[in-house]
Amino acid sequence: MQLSRDELLKAYTTMRTIREFEERLHVEFATGEIPGFVHLYAGEEASGVGVCMHLDDRDRIASTHRGHGHCIAKGCDVDGMMAEIYGRKDGLCAGKGGSMHIADLDKGMMGANGIVGGGPPLICGAGLAAKQLGTGGVAIAFVGDGGSNQGTTFESLNLASVWNLPCIFVIENNGYAESTSSKWSIACDDAADRASGFNMPGVVIDGHDFFAVYEAAGEAIKRAREGGGPSLLECKLNRYYGHFEGDAQTYRGPDEVKKLRESRDCLAMFRERVTEAGLLDASDLDAIDSEAEAQIDGAVAKAKVAPPPTAADLLTDVYVSY
Amino acid sequence: MPMKSYRAAINEAMAGEMRRDSSVIVMGEDVSGGTGAPGEDDAWGGPLGVTKGLHTEFGPTRVLDTPIAEGGFIGAAAGAAVTGMRPIVDLMFVDFLGVCFDAIYNQAGKFRYMFGGKAETPLVVRTMYGAGLRAASQHSQVLYSLFTHVPGVKVVVPSNPYDAKGLMIQSIRDNDPVVFFEHKAMYDEEADVPDEAYTVPFGEANVVREGEDVTIVAIGKMVHLANEAADNLANDGISCTVIDPRTVSPLDEETILEEVEATGRLVVVDESHPRCSMAADISSIVAQKAFKSLKAAIEKVTAPHCPVPFAPELEDLYIPKVEDVEAAVRRTMA
Repeated sequence: MQLSRDELLKAYTTMRTIREFEERLHVEFATGEIPGFVHLYAGEEASGVGVCMHLDDRDRIASTHRGHGHCIAKGCDVDGMMAEIYGRKDGLCAGKGGSMHIADLDKGMMGANGIVGGGPPLICGAGLAAKQLGTGGVAIAFVGDGGSNQGTTFESLNLASVWNLPCIFVIENNGYAESTSSKWSIACDDAADRASGFNMPGVVIDGHDFFAVYEAAGEAIKRAREGGGPSLLECKLNRYYGHFEGDAQTYRGPDEVKKLRESRDCLAMFRERVTEAGLLDASDLDAIDSEAEAQIDGAVAKAKVAPPPTAADLLTDVYVSY
Repeated sequence: MPMKSYRAAINEAMAGEMRRDSSVIVMGEDVSGGTGAPGEDDAWGGPLGVTKGLHTEFGPTRVLDTPIAEGGFIGAAAGAAVTGMRPIVDLMFVDFLGVCFDAIYNQAGKFRYMFGGKAETPLVVRTMYGAGLRAASQHSQVLYSLFTHVPGVKVVVPSNPYDAKGLMIQSIRDNDPVVFFEHKAMYDEEADVPDEAYTVPFGEANVVREGEDVTIVAIGKMVHLANEAADNLANDGISCTVIDPRTVSPLDEETILEEVEATGRLVVVDESHPRCSMAADISSIVAQKAFKSLKAAIEKVTAPHCPVPFAPELEDLYIPKVEDVEAAVRRTMA
């Protein structure tokens, strides 16, 4: 699939924005100013962006506890996300959800999720709604390697196939469910092998390679839009940080992350590919790097001084207001 | 007596029982950690380190990491329990019960009764509960009342390290399924805990202090609030009894009723939502069985009827506070 110059710029901008967002959260979280738990997506950007580049607002995605990248890739407002992570009233979820529950239904983002395996059944529902309402939309579940072992995921794969739903299940296999290796926890060689048991295509992709993800996702999404049913994509990739911020990661090999950053970084791979092919100039990408940094600086500065919710907000939105 | 943390007390109880009885096994997500990974084994010992060291001492056949599959491995623990093992299975956050509740309430909890008394199901489900860590709506709930509702399931909510060790040993030795609630904000709390094994029996409340004016029944972490409130109220000449039920199923109704009959006033402090809660349950028992001794309306101090909010300002409003307990006690005295 040939991408236009604008599309290439957009892909890089989105990936770089996610990276800046996550690297900055890593720093800010260490100061103690951010409440609760955060799970960072740094290193996995090519997957979320490679998939979501094909989507528009009628399409729905469901995410995981590691959801910031999917939110940005699906078009959520970065200032609103940062404010939410700081627990502010003008955050995307009014400060009530936090990092693990960021959602923006107007953008088709059905939420990060605190429950592993929570997303795939929701996506079957979103796929069903798209089909019955005739929106032409598709529904995508992002699932980790850990979530790929949940019963809800298996049931959803079967249901999507039985109902011929416009659903795509993207398993982001970063090698570890919390601290447990996916090489051990997934009984078959690849999670994608399971697709055949549910009578759907299953593809293994180098999840560091934006172009590989973009191409495979494009085929699956086109098929789903045309009524051809669900697919499973397994993106093999890596996370640069722990399961959560604060995880000592003693289960990882020596210099594992350092080596990955040097050899399999999705942003570096993208840069090399487009500049060597003469599609974009290094200066274009440098400009995007600076803009992303400035954008995240602004988001953090605004979030830090934004007002928190007040006592009057505690009991609102439990039920519909009449 | 040596000082030990709530975390260490629970760990020590499990380790001791594993040494004593080879049928005791531990299973769950990352209870060891690092399985199949290039780095250290026993890398986590559970997300908050409560099972740390068990894998090193007892090895991978008795400390089993699992894939993320609560419906599968908690069901497997129920199946193993009814066929000769004594599994201690980690549900991690109690909020995750949604994906595996069937194994506990329809399977393990009903085996003994459904099978005509022929089944023994010595299953312990360990789980973390409670707000205060800014962990938001799906990692902060207080759901012991859901399990208490189910006949056949025992529910344990220790409020301190001493009880945690004794109740864990009792839970492991008990021949019924037990859900063992650990407040995630209490793991570092320390108290005197004997090195030797001992049990704290189920269904025996601890009368933490005796007073004359008002009986406060408080559960889990809320016992500390009740005590602090009682200290403050004592300065104003109001004398409180504080009862820690320790297990909410079975519930020591007798002690609660006796103490309420002595004071004529009841305040129940429960970190959960108010509807269908332990606070509601204990209030109804007292209203029915000690009605004539009541000098004032029963007061409940609970979280409000809303999901646990993320923003610190809202979560702080959500969690019951010492002042709320004091105000409730004063209302019964008005």
